[in-house]
Amino acid sequence: MSFDLVANVVIAGVLTGLVYGLMALGLSVIFGVVRVVNFAHGEMMTIAMYGATMLFAAFQLDPFLAMLPVAAAFFVFGYVMQAGLINPFITRPEHSQFMLLVAVAIVMVNAMLMIFGPDARNVQLDYQLESFEIGKILLDKARLYAAAAAIVAAAALFLFFRFSLTGKAIRACADNYLGAKVVGLNVKKYYALTFGLGSACVAVAGCAMALLVDVTPALGPYYTLLAFVIVIVGGLGSMTGALLGGVLIGMSEALAGLFITPSAKSMFSFGLLILVLLLRPQGLLGRRS
Amino acid sequence: MGLLAILLIALPAAVGPYALSVATLILYFAYTGQAWNVMMGFAGQLSLGHSLYVGVGAYTAGALFFHYGIGPWAGLWLAMLLCVAFGLVIGFLAFRFGISGVYFALLTIAFAEFTRIGFDHLDWLGGPGGMFLKVAQRDTWDVLNFRGPPLMYYYSMLFLTALAFLICTLLLKSRAGYYWQAIRENEEAAQALGINTFRWKMLAVAISAAMTAVSGVFFAFYYNNLFPHEIFSMNRSIELILGPVIGGIGTLFGPIFGAAVLTLLSDGITEALAALGWEIPGIKQVFYGLVLLIVVMFLPHGIWPAVAKKLKIHA
Repeated sequence: MSFDLVANVVIAGVLTGLVYGLMALGLSVIFGVVRVVNFAHGEMMTIAMYGATMLFAAFQLDPFLAMLPVAAAFFVFGYVMQAGLINPFITRPEHSQFMLLVAVAIVMVNAMLMIFGPDARNVQLDYQLESFEIGKILLDKARLYAAAAAIVAAAALFLFFRFSLTGKAIRACADNYLGAKVVGLNVKKYYALTFGLGSACVAVAGCAMALLVDVTPALGPYYTLLAFVIVIVGGLGSMTGALLGGVLIGMSEALAGLFITPSAKSMFSFGLLILVLLLRPQGLLGRRS
Repeated sequence: MGLLAILLIALPAAVGPYALSVATLILYFAYTGQAWNVMMGFAGQLSLGHSLYVGVGAYTAGALFFHYGIGPWAGLWLAMLLCVAFGLVIGFLAFRFGISGVYFALLTIAFAEFTRIGFDHLDWLGGPGGMFLKVAQRDTWDVLNFRGPPLMYYYSMLFLTALAFLICTLLLKSRAGYYWQAIRENEEAAQALGINTFRWKMLAVAISAAMTAVSGVFFAFYYNNLFPHEIFSMNRSIELILGPVIGGIGTLFGPIFGAAVLTLLSDGITEALAALGWEIPGIKQVFYGLVLLIVVMFLPHGIWPAVAKKLKIHA
């Protein structure tokens, strides 16, 4: 096995991992603020991927352009879901929230099965077959663009939380629910806003992922688990942690696929998850609460 | 209670083979839900990876029978032993390192998934292609090898469900039961009162794992085929806990009641859709999910407490 092959695989893993990271970022932001684990996260990701393939089939719209309408739709959807469904549940016990989102996930994944059937769909563009050559390293164009889009979206979200007034208000709600209420913030509105933003992240990640893999309804539960693994490894609630976790998992999946067997790749992710939970339960970049 | 017991014992005489299989399924979910309830309902530890114990139990007894022809009565003990060992390892790691709540739930998922992928690569157990037990004579009761007509499976599941109900009733009234409830309500306060929370939580995990192992053994000999991606899947874990969650977590009747409601509901939806001619894949689960959503939203403590209140029963 040559060094070039390994390097190529690692780079492809890192690039895919960045898209995973953006998906997990949505989960992490939602958990960090609302303290609800979104068990329907992967299902939402899959819906976004279907959105991209449908817009492509109907209008030949490039998934990178489809990101805007899909993200906007997801933002509204997430906002409504938090405001209508989840807000009444924030004071309920964890298992109750869990059941709510599991029910949502069951409806989502089977609605996709009803509408799109079990067959795989994809997007076919010329540049998916092209790549940049740097020495002996080959960079798939689609993968590189997808990773770039993920970084841009993550950076935008990061700047929003860091500098905008709304972002600061959301962070206040996350830090201290009661305190935020006392100073007059409409906490539930900000929760809804956060869920909307988290959903928009998933939408962008889903559109990017539609370029890299074929979409089937069965991807939903798989991505949900993957997102869990990533945020736990990176640290639930930590934004940079989610990206780092995504890269680590993307890389470990790619390497396990190369050195052992592709079907065992998620065993390493779950092994990593167990290790991190035991040795550093707050995640690599998480803070202890 | 007595009436219900007589009804359930006499049931096979009154209904056809299809209804009997539905009743067996209800009892299976009632029993497994009861087992899960010991951990979550009594001690407050949310496990979302109980398919691990079903799978390990099923594969242990199944493999002994498949490879060596050893019947389930011996396999049962090994299955329970292995599941308790698995449970104690997970419990030890989680509780020693102070993992609780959401993190504990995710850890249990991780272990179940990890095991699923591991079993996918164990060729001795059939790997992803599955393991198939010989389907034997369906007319005679071969109790020794647990092969026989559907009636035998119905009665054995009825016996197990009744036994689990009895065990749980006793547990809830025992010292352990009170300690568990104290831990569930407020772990720090329980610890401050001198309860060794680690030890009692481990006990809850061990009992729950052992009970779930038995349902795995039943599964192996009732369905005769085992696939890692089915038996260990997260969907299975969720399926198992829907009964107690919908019925009422922490109650004795909840898991039984919830299993009956959900199984009949799922069956009813199938039949209603068939009658309407709407047979699109996925449509059944969409309706199922919607009903689940409505129950979770409007009956936060489950159906059984609401029903019990209406009937003025204290349970």
